[in-house]
Amino acid sequence: MVSPGPPRSFFQLRALERKLLRDLWRLRGQVLAIALVIASGVAVLVMSLGTIEALRETAAAFYDRSNFADVFASLKRAPEGVADRIAEIPGVQTAETRIVRFALLDVEGFREPVIGQLVSVPETKEPVLNRVMLRSGRMVAPGHPDEVVLSEAFADVHDLEPGASLRALINGKLRTLQVVGTALSAEHVYTMPPGSLMPDEKRFGVLWMGREALAHAFDLDGAFDDVSLSLLRGTSPEDVISRLDLLLAPYGGVGAYARKDQLSNWFLMSEIDQLANMVTVLPTIFLSVAAFLTSMVLNRLIAIERSEIGLFKAFGYSNASVGWHYAQLVIAISMLGVAFGVGLGAWFGHGMTAMYAELYRFPFIIFRPSLSVYAIAAGVSVGSALLGTARAVLRAVRLPPAEAMRPPSPTLFASEGIGARIERIFDQPTRMIFRQITRFPARSGGSVFGIAMAVGLLVTALQWPDAIDRMLELYFFEAQRQDVTVGFSEVKTSEVQQSLARMPGVFAVEGVRTVAARLRHGTRSRREAIQGIPEHAQLTPVYDSNRGVVELPSEGLVISRKLSEMLAVEPGQMITVEVLEGRRPVFDAPVVGVFETNIGSPAYMRSDALHRLMRERPVTSAVHLRVDRDQEPALFAALKKLPAVSGITLRRAAVEKFNETMARTIMIFTGVFALFSATLAFGVAYNSTRVSLSERARELATLRVLGQTRLEISYILLGEVALLAFMGLPIGCAVGAAISWFMATSFETDLYRVPLVLEHATFGMAIAIAVVSVAISAAIVRQRLDRLDLIAVLKTRE
Amino acid sequence: MAAREVESPQGDVVLRAEGLTKVYRTGEVEVHALRGVDLSLAPRELIVLLGPSGSGKSTLLNILGGLDTPSSGHVFFRGTELTARDEAALTQYRRHHVGFVFQFYNLIPSLTAKENVSLVTEIADAPMRPEDALALVGLGERLNHFPAQLSGGEQQRVAIARAIAKRPQLLLCDEPTGALDSATGVLVLEAIEAVNRELGTATALITHNAGIALMADRVIRFGDGQIVESNVNATRRPARDLEW
Repeated sequence: MVSPGPPRSFFQLRALERKLLRDLWRLRGQVLAIALVIASGVAVLVMSLGTIEALRETAAAFYDRSNFADVFASLKRAPEGVADRIAEIPGVQTAETRIVRFALLDVEGFREPVIGQLVSVPETKEPVLNRVMLRSGRMVAPGHPDEVVLSEAFADVHDLEPGASLRALINGKLRTLQVVGTALSAEHVYTMPPGSLMPDEKRFGVLWMGREALAHAFDLDGAFDDVSLSLLRGTSPEDVISRLDLLLAPYGGVGAYARKDQLSNWFLMSEIDQLANMVTVLPTIFLSVAAFLTSMVLNRLIAIERSEIGLFKAFGYSNASVGWHYAQLVIAISMLGVAFGVGLGAWFGHGMTAMYAELYRFPFIIFRPSLSVYAIAAGVSVGSALLGTARAVLRAVRLPPAEAMRPPSPTLFASEGIGARIERIFDQPTRMIFRQITRFPARSGGSVFGIAMAVGLLVTALQWPDAIDRMLELYFFEAQRQDVTVGFSEVKTSEVQQSLARMPGVFAVEGVRTVAARLRHGTRSRREAIQGIPEHAQLTPVYDSNRGVVELPSEGLVISRKLSEMLAVEPGQMITVEVLEGRRPVFDAPVVGVFETNIGSPAYMRSDALHRLMRERPVTSAVHLRVDRDQEPALFAALKKLPAVSGITLRRAAVEKFNETMARTIMIFTGVFALFSATLAFGVAYNSTRVSLSERARELATLRVLGQTRLEISYILLGEVALLAFMGLPIGCAVGAAISWFMATSFETDLYRVPLVLEHATFGMAIAIAVVSVAISAAIVRQRLDRLDLIAVLKTRE
Repeated sequence: MAAREVESPQGDVVLRAEGLTKVYRTGEVEVHALRGVDLSLAPRELIVLLGPSGSGKSTLLNILGGLDTPSSGHVFFRGTELTARDEAALTQYRRHHVGFVFQFYNLIPSLTAKENVSLVTEIADAPMRPEDALALVGLGERLNHFPAQLSGGEQQRVAIARAIAKRPQLLLCDEPTGALDSATGVLVLEAIEAVNRELGTATALITHNAGIALMADRVIRFGDGQIVESNVNATRRPARDLEW
């Protein structure tokens, strides 16, 4: 062993660096409070950016690996030869045909009818586009027409492993299908049954079957009813879509759509957009408040250290090194916050990504924020803190040495005008509070701002559950009154309503005619089904979220506000309707009304008017039922035998699912934000009070010497923060209402618009949480008041 | 905590200290700030405590004023033992019976001269009007000035007015002229003298300035934590005749 040399300190710190570390330690309470506020902002940033990145990258990798198509189209039936003509459309790289149909499934041990989407795959090779990713078992084999591969979520929830079987009503024939594998697909990351808004793996599943088998079952030998395209790089999908629509029109095409409108992808992308929205609003608030807090503490520190600063300069330290010394303090505080925040954000991000992994079906999902996420978080936090403290640092730099070593001249207070007259009714301690606040308006304003922001964020967080509840209430209970909706793959004559009405437990039936169409106004167009509903519809009337039921005029379209915005159309103007089914008529219809709805962008018309325009007999695409809950089992048994059903939607199941998924997500968000906001209120109150205490320790100790009790001096110190908080509360409520309004409008997606719901209880709760946070910080500072050194204050001069 | 009432053996004494010692421990070092001090103060009496810095006079003043407690010994205020009482009781003692004047005035910068005095009169039992207290120290004209608008001598006189407005039985002044030039110092001492004479407040005044001793009834010299000398002046010299 080598003999040790003389002991040598590993940390050879220079004097200023040692001072920095001691300052940080001495100010640890305040440093920690600021770091926590910064950490909250950084955590939101890392969590959101990291989750966005995880979702984007996972989706991109998955789409890439499974060769997710760029354009999709459904049609009634076209001979296989048409595929070649499709492939000739300029810009098309690959065109792959398939058969996509619906079937009613009967799963052992599950009472309710289940809808299966049957998707064909080639028996002998892998599909070129929309490849499925096998998770267990194998793909279907040629010559075994009853073999199926199930979507994993559906298989999991019903415990259908390879080797299991299930019964299906396929094109009117009851068949027993053998499960040979489970798989995932880029087309069904978000798997929603038709007519629903939430993924429902219990009542909806995807079944991949051999192309031959499906062709036999649906009489589509040598033909197809669905086509997917991949495009050459740089090709605009719009051109391809219009050519494809033209080409498929004679074959019953119902309008092609691009990947961005593909349901699963569309949901996924809206979710990512929403997260991105959050990233812009919330961390900004946290970091700007943190910058203010740091500047407040630094200003105070520089005021205390005037003589030290003078001394440094007298010794020959340059302005730059003095400035750098204080800048380092700011950087150290922010980096501490960044370190906490990154840890916290990564932890929350993990949790959130895990939640998404459950909601979405990806074969893999990785939460591994790139260095840039951390770099952005650190850069933004340190940058905003430095910006916020630039003036304080400059003040230190500019202090002339001689001036710096003299004590600061006493602060001049004033009492004039109306304020003085109002003050007269208060005692001296209360006057001290008022004058302290008015003498330092910027700092007081900053504290009010900080508390207001905390309350604002709390209001924003706490109103989400109410808003979602309201949306649920409006959509599922006020607008819809049916219990079950039965959809058909082909339109049925109105007699189907009578036969459904005779089924067990059915109270009321109401048919609806849904027509796939492209709506045009000027240069704008939108693929949106027109819902034809009867006059005085009882089960699913047109429902305006503000005005309630809207009666349809005998002619013309009543459209949702969202659709009117998308088409830039107003009541009184005409819309061109290009119907994408049946005889494919094209007609102009006037917009006769606009209504507000939170979900989707629907368009309504009286069914008799729609039938006339379609030049058809009264037919029905779906029937709404109101049923006796006690007789549901019998009804379900009967529905399972109904041929040509493409969807059975239970309102109860949709609500349950909505609550299960949304409620959990929202509760987690609300909890996290409430915690962060409470931290913000705490940080602001703690720092304001500590700075005030450090400035007024001498004053308060003097008062103690003069015979004031602890309670009396606490009143002077804490009364100030209480008054500032009190001023911040109503402002915070207004700020909260504004942020909520901003989020509600800017989070508006094509799919849904969360209503602005601000309950009194939300404001009350936000205020209560903020008050408790302020009270905790006051209680901590209050303990310091008990330790004031009464003797030191008699001697030393500040 | 109940106070222990002990009757003073002597008749008319405001404050009496018996065998006070005070030991501070800083690390390994023991500092004996007071080593057995006996002292009593009669009504209307004005004593001056003289001594070099570190001689223990401020420690004594702090203990007499109820800001500090002795390591051993007793302090009786009007026959009640202070040394046996808790913090809250000492606060009440300061509030009602003691006036403090500090070297650096310690006025509240956010309150005017009158309001600084009101701060004390609002919580006292039978105070003077703040205006009268300020008139007594010769500041009847500057009631509504903030500390930043007053000279050092004026600020100190406001501090004296604030100390005596409650009509305390005891006025404790720690180097009241320490931060002032001699001309201004005389004005401040005149104010203290006036209070002592007109209100009969027993006054203890710390200084390291021997010239001031001539205005006292009694001069007590401190050295190394003990009283080394105690002299009674045959006549008190008026403050305005002092020079240093």
